Amino acid sequence: MKEISLHILDLAQNSIRAGAGNVLIRIEEDSAADTFSVSLTDDGCGMGAEMAKSVQNPFVTTRTTRKVGLGIPLFKAGCENCAGTFTLESELGRGTRIAGTYQRSHIDRPPLGNIADTIAMLIAANPKLHLRYEHKLNGEEYALDTAEIQEILGEVPLDTPEVTAFIAEFIHSNESELESTEVQKS
Amino acid sequence: MKTLKELEAIRQKTLNELNLRKNREDGIRVVVGLATCGIAAGARPVMAAFVDEVNKRQLTNVTVSQTGCIGLCRLEPIVEVYLPGQEKVTYCKVTPDQVGRIVSEHIVNGNPVMEYTIGNFE
Repeated sequence: MKEISLHILDLAQNSIRAGAGNVLIRIEEDSAADTFSVSLTDDGCGMGAEMAKSVQNPFVTTRTTRKVGLGIPLFKAGCENCAGTFTLESELGRGTRIAGTYQRSHIDRPPLGNIADTIAMLIAANPKLHLRYEHKLNGEEYALDTAEIQEILGEVPLDTPEVTAFIAEFIHSNESELESTEVQKS
Repeated sequence: MKTLKELEAIRQKTLNELNLRKNREDGIRVVVGLATCGIAAGARPVMAAFVDEVNKRQLTNVTVSQTGCIGLCRLEPIVEVYLPGQEKVTYCKVTPDQVGRIVSEHIVNGNPVMEYTIGNFE
């Protein structure tokens, strides 16, 4: 995966397959502490302690179409290769929280990449899902919440192409705004 | 900066089309494989290109959705197109610049782009 946003798209698929109704994706960047943290929290079916441990092994997967499951191991390896950490907490019937940190300035840390398309595609393909995306950079923060959007849209579904285009542009412009706050301060 | 206020205008505009979209039996489905293999091979920009093209052409009878891995990881990104009453067509190693042709020739005009289909790879 060349971008952190691709890992996010991939990891969110696990939440969707776990039957989650609510997914929270949060990015927290701190330039002083030199950390870049990503977390995904869902209320899907969760896993027992043994499964939660074994999914970190690439040769474990719940699918039947192939014998390897690389999503979590790739993310984990990416974090650990950038002087970061990886944690996975899960409880059967309650949900899963997956979190990884990178050393923000690490030469191997992938860029966040096109997070706008990641979130827009996730919503377009899963219009019934309640998804919240938060991005914090130092003191600044913004969020996109499908519940708020749905409230304004009323009976217009979230997978309407115009809405997908709006969501992508909304995130794109907010990300640029967020980035510019860091440039101004430095 | 963009604000959520603009959604109100989208709501007004699409509300009128909503009945057109609903309950269409001639609905066409475009399904993009979004498992680890597909994503790593570049499925996200392909899906974005389909959504964009469908939006541009105002194809109200087309839905773009996702699926997992179908077991042909080496041929990803894989896109399946379902036209009502026809057998599904599977496209392999799709790139965003092929999407325009698939939409215009296959989805709009009903002629699959054979050179991009699985038959050409297997």
